[in-house]
Amino acid sequence: METLHLVAPGDVITTDTGFMRGHGTYHSDDGKLVASVAGVVQRINRLISVRPLQSRYAGEVGDVVVGRIVEVQQKRWKVDTFSRLESVLLLSSINLPGGVLRRRSAQDELMMRTYFTEGDLISAEVQQVFSDGSLSLHTRSLKYGKLKKGCLITVPPSLVKRCKNHFHNMLCGASVIIGNNGYVWISSMEVDQEDQILLNPRDEPDTTREKDIAITREERETIARLRNCIQALVARKLTLFDTSIQYTFDASRGYEVYTVYVQWNLR
Amino acid sequence: MIKAGVLKNANGSAYIEFGDNKIMCGVYGPRDVHPKHMANSSTGILRCRYHMVPYSVSERKNPAPSRREIEISKVIKEALEPAVMLERFPRTAVDVFIEVLQADGGSRCAALDAASVALADAGIPMRDMVSACAAGKVADTVVLDVNNEEDQAGQADMPIGYMPNLEKVTLLQLDGIMSPKEYKECIETGIKGCKIVYEIQKKALNERYFGDDHK
Repeated sequence: METLHLVAPGDVITTDTGFMRGHGTYHSDDGKLVASVAGVVQRINRLISVRPLQSRYAGEVGDVVVGRIVEVQQKRWKVDTFSRLESVLLLSSINLPGGVLRRRSAQDELMMRTYFTEGDLISAEVQQVFSDGSLSLHTRSLKYGKLKKGCLITVPPSLVKRCKNHFHNMLCGASVIIGNNGYVWISSMEVDQEDQILLNPRDEPDTTREKDIAITREERETIARLRNCIQALVARKLTLFDTSIQYTFDASRGYEVYTVYVQWNLR
Repeated sequence: MIKAGVLKNANGSAYIEFGDNKIMCGVYGPRDVHPKHMANSSTGILRCRYHMVPYSVSERKNPAPSRREIEISKVIKEALEPAVMLERFPRTAVDVFIEVLQADGGSRCAALDAASVALADAGIPMRDMVSACAAGKVADTVVLDVNNEEDQAGQADMPIGYMPNLEKVTLLQLDGIMSPKEYKECIETGIKGCKIVYEIQKKALNERYFGDDHK
């Protein structure tokens, strides 16, 4: 294991001017490269950056995020995505029920609360990053939208690996959405696939379509076991992606669900 | 003794035991500002609250913010502002909450030390850490870190907040009377004390990384 170079804010990393400045560093007045956060120094060729112990989520265009609606405003929703500023979900950026393509009317504005209300969890994609760092989200695809009947777990965003696909149907029978912002959604597989079909010819929001799909005890145990496995990975500071979760899940099969939590989280 | 990363809900936290002072600090941010009119469109703002719990002193302290607490909140905020790179996140706020669980003289310095470590724990970009230590004059001698009894009976108390790498002072207050020569001596002693505290702050952050404390 290579030696980790830990720094605190203000520590001089190097006085060599040949290095490029990365995240977590700044140039002091006399040309030295100084750390601005507490963390580990990472050097890639001539680029030096400091990876902080923990930080809020900084969004990129195209990231998949899971967020919670915190506010309903005039023509948009404010979403909490564990970033510095609340993210924005515009009314024009969501899919209307029925897959209809039309201009949003005043009627739609009045019905906003029937689409998403405060406290709802949604999966969305980052459409745009504004100059102050806030994100603009969209759910313009059938795989995004309101999340129901599952379990949310929050992890540090730095532990989420960037993948091509963030929606995973695990072999154990549950589906996992790993948001880049650290919000991970675990639900049972059937529920997810049912909600993909939104054909409702009467053009009404589909909140009335809450099918009474009972979630069996085995599914609940699977979801709980997955949640504990993810907690264990976070406790050991390991990167989260579908394979790592699957391996941890397989390794945990020998234990009771609650033992996984107790043994791997307490020291 | 300083321990970083002790609170589950805060973005960054630190607990400090400085003599008989026991202080807990939690940092939230950068996050949205509520009420909105307080948001600054060009920089972030720093809000600080220093509060003593009723059982922190020998005579029960009323939980309502006293003038002293309001003063210390302001002083700590102004000591941290030069260090935190607020211009990087406009329209946000960084909230620092300090709870003094047990006070025994020099608590504003200990609080500032804890706040620095908590800000670093939260990953908020800073130009430098802020270390603080109080110097004082007791019985005609310049001493370091007066406690409560020495403060009551002593002649002067001088809390100093110092950025060790940039070598700049961000907090300087003097309560008492001293000659210019003693003043110089006090400042030098105080800065030496700050440097000692800085090493302890760095140690706390190191342990946070290796100690596997999870939130």
